[in-house]
Amino acid sequence: MLTKLTGGRVYDPANSINNEVKDIYIRDGRIVRAPSDGQFDEEIDVRGKVVMAGAIDMHTHIGGGKVNIARTMLPEDHAADVVARTELMRSGCGHAAPSTLTAGYRYAEMGYTAGFEPAILPINARQAHMEMGDTPIIDKGGYVMLGSDDFLLRMMASNGDQEAINNYVAWTMTHSQAIGVKVVNPGGINAFKFNQRKLDLDEKNQFYGVTPRDILLRLAQAVKELGVPHPLHVHGCNLGVPGNLDTTIDTMEGINGLPMHMTHIQFHSYGTEGDFKFSSGSAQIAEVINKHKNITADVGQILFGQTVTASGDAMRQFSATPHAHPNKWVCMDIECDAGCGVVPFKYKDQSYVNALQWMIGLETFLMVDDPWRVFLTTDHPNGAPFTSYPHLIRLLMDKTFRDDILSTLHPEAQKASHLASLEREYSLYEIAIMTRAGAAKLVGLADRGHLSVGGAADITIYTDDADREKMFSKPDYVFKDGTMVVKDGELIEVTWGTTHVVKPEYDNSIEKALKPYFDKYHTQKMGNFKMSDDEIVDDGRGSLTVQPLHAGGKI
Amino acid sequence: MTEMTDTGVWQEVASPFCGIASDDLSIKVEGNTVSIVENGDAVTKAGFETPITDLSPRVNGKEVSLSEAVSHVAGLLRSSKQPVIGGLATDLNGVRSAMALADKSRATVDSMDSDAAFRNLLVLQDTGWMMTTLTEVRNRVDVLLVVGSDIEVDYPRFYERMLWNKESMFDQEIESRQVIYLGKTPSGDASTSPKGKKAHVLACDNEDLPEVMSVLRALVNGKAVQAEQVGGLAVSDLADLAETLKQAKYSVVTWSAGSLDMEHAEATVQMACEMVKELNADTRSNCLALGGKEGSTTVYNVSSWQAGYPMRTNFSRGYPDYDPYLSDSKRMLANDEVDVLLWVSSFNVKRTPPESNATTVVIGRSGMTFEQEPDVFIPVGVPGIDHAGRAFRGDSSVAVPLRKLRDSGLPSTFDVLTAVEKLV
Repeated sequence: MLTKLTGGRVYDPANSINNEVKDIYIRDGRIVRAPSDGQFDEEIDVRGKVVMAGAIDMHTHIGGGKVNIARTMLPEDHAADVVARTELMRSGCGHAAPSTLTAGYRYAEMGYTAGFEPAILPINARQAHMEMGDTPIIDKGGYVMLGSDDFLLRMMASNGDQEAINNYVAWTMTHSQAIGVKVVNPGGINAFKFNQRKLDLDEKNQFYGVTPRDILLRLAQAVKELGVPHPLHVHGCNLGVPGNLDTTIDTMEGINGLPMHMTHIQFHSYGTEGDFKFSSGSAQIAEVINKHKNITADVGQILFGQTVTASGDAMRQFSATPHAHPNKWVCMDIECDAGCGVVPFKYKDQSYVNALQWMIGLETFLMVDDPWRVFLTTDHPNGAPFTSYPHLIRLLMDKTFRDDILSTLHPEAQKASHLASLEREYSLYEIAIMTRAGAAKLVGLADRGHLSVGGAADITIYTDDADREKMFSKPDYVFKDGTMVVKDGELIEVTWGTTHVVKPEYDNSIEKALKPYFDKYHTQKMGNFKMSDDEIVDDGRGSLTVQPLHAGGKI
Repeated sequence: MTEMTDTGVWQEVASPFCGIASDDLSIKVEGNTVSIVENGDAVTKAGFETPITDLSPRVNGKEVSLSEAVSHVAGLLRSSKQPVIGGLATDLNGVRSAMALADKSRATVDSMDSDAAFRNLLVLQDTGWMMTTLTEVRNRVDVLLVVGSDIEVDYPRFYERMLWNKESMFDQEIESRQVIYLGKTPSGDASTSPKGKKAHVLACDNEDLPEVMSVLRALVNGKAVQAEQVGGLAVSDLADLAETLKQAKYSVVTWSAGSLDMEHAEATVQMACEMVKELNADTRSNCLALGGKEGSTTVYNVSSWQAGYPMRTNFSRGYPDYDPYLSDSKRMLANDEVDVLLWVSSFNVKRTPPESNATTVVIGRSGMTFEQEPDVFIPVGVPGIDHAGRAFRGDSSVAVPLRKLRDSGLPSTFDVLTAVEKLV
């Protein structure tokens, strides 16, 4: 069937299309050329409406052990937002740690068509993919966490060559079905197991003698040499520590020009000035990002209210436990692989620190010049649940709205921020870059995030509204792979998205070292660690999409 | 990877029968007969080797086709006012299909091991914990404190695999590891070190554990304790234990919740968890909650990600309604609140449904025998023997792939429940 979307105002930054009236044709889930005979089967009149590709959340904790700990731990989080079953949808619950089913429905209802879990422990990949497999409509994928795993640290401590590290990284990506590589508090999760309580960029792991800087360089190099499009995804050292700004700058400048993505950088942009010994470092951070074209960042904006923080960073999460609200929390050491910490948290607008965190996030958005290199996230659910994205978009697009809220926040925090002086308002085109074209490019999705002929027909259509929160909350239509799944903001069809992966090539001789390692030290066999393609496909509902590697990677 | 060698023997087979999910078993399959060749134990031997008997479903004692049985069950659920889907000893896809069916038929979901699981889950939901996992224990533990549990009965290979491994990754001398029992005395020698060092035992009744653990926690925190005896133990011995834990570099406090059969065992679990958090002010220490046999960790995980809540969730109002007390299926059945019980038990022929007045459907492992024939019995295959699947280990961080080892023709729990769901 050929469907014509007639007369929409198209924002397609991947093709430099900025608010041009264009027709779009869909057939068999793809965007196709206009038919030469002018014939089509169905027409949807979208004249005057805003047309974009489906939005892509490049960093959202939607699946895996720590997310499920958060769900299980917080019945009270769900109680106020239980979701009844309908003819179409399964029951579930929403808010900070929503059920997988409800998460998929709500993403789609907001016009999102893909979300990427940023912290898949290799050993827990099976669970992460099970949960994402139960997340309807949206596409998904994940970044596999390395950097505190003992195998890598052993290789580095014994001066293993880069080639061997590349093989190990590619092997791990392949068998945990990942599209990227993430490092969380590089080496720090491991150091915490040896009772180290902090690990700065050049501080040594007491057992291995390896520093976070070494780990970042090795992994960033591996990702580049393997041709993995998504740059090394970095949750840096010292998350949340006042004064971490210097480490963050050193991390960005010290990567020697290798591609690197700094995630939830808001949490890493703190100075120590002022009476509260807590100040904004966003200006310095933005300046470094602006200068270094190899660096990208997502913000990890905080918004006020109750949420839960779920992170692989067991070291930093443990130190945050005195702030748990409600007062319960989990920290784990996991399988000589990594760890996690789950700490519920309530961001308060009358707290100096929380108010300033809110300002630091927005300052970062507004001071990074290039929307292709900064991404819209709340680090769901760590800064706020993903359902607050429309609100966040309005904060970026509407200075009056932003200033109105700013004026209600902790007065000392207002004095400590120059947010009020920032005039910038994001345009629809820039929002489309940040949430579509840029995100797809960053994750490495060749066929998503744009409206080119041949691309997947993931399309979101909005009614233009000066109230951007309202506009982005309820799209008129959402198409997922060509199927209309949302109409007038309501879900009308449930589909199951694909799982995006890359398959970098590696020399299988790495298994000569891995097999005895598993046999000697692990409690699972190497062969049973590996996740097969069949596990993603499962009972036929799931599917695997292998995205292309960058040129330069081995084919 | 589980694979068959030339000799007809499957290698690296994972066991879903006990919570440590050993995956180094060698298993021989001849026709429908399965035998463990290597690395078996009492639990896995019964698990893998129990023979198939029934192949046909029965309704009211009469053999029927699978489709007749399925439509009969769907009819029962359609007319039920308060169904329970219980037992839930199955694999990932089995639980997924049970959740979908519960949602559609407005049933309550519960697991056969919920009593044990909630001794931990209530603590998670009240104060949380610090936990570790099996591979960390294998490589790091220096002091293992076993609380109120004779763990080698349910986890026969725990010590062989987690304590007395040949070497640790961090140059630890394995023989230097200390094992201390608080509460139960070990029934066998599994906890004895390779060179013959026996576990140190501070024996007391489980009923005294709440008091004993609270005194131990107080001592760890440097509080003065006036009493000289608690639960028959000398407080000075507990003070020594507290000191041992404080001096340890990576102590692990473990228990098997199924063994903590005293009233309000969750309070003792909480005491252990809070003590471990406090030890971490200065050194490293972790809990290890042993559990997860026959799918119970899989149940609470899948239920949590699909509904937001672990088992004992009721869908009668059209949305998940969690209440670990009201939706306790044992209580509901004893109180005649249930009209249809759908009991899923695909691992262990001995785990039959509790007696009740409810109309009872058993989706059970072939070979199950009943004192009272259920209204419907549908024999199903065992995950990891008759069909492929996935199961969570007790520490929840690892899930193991289960392979199909023989072609018995038995349907999976997923097949049956999905077919029922389509007709409800």
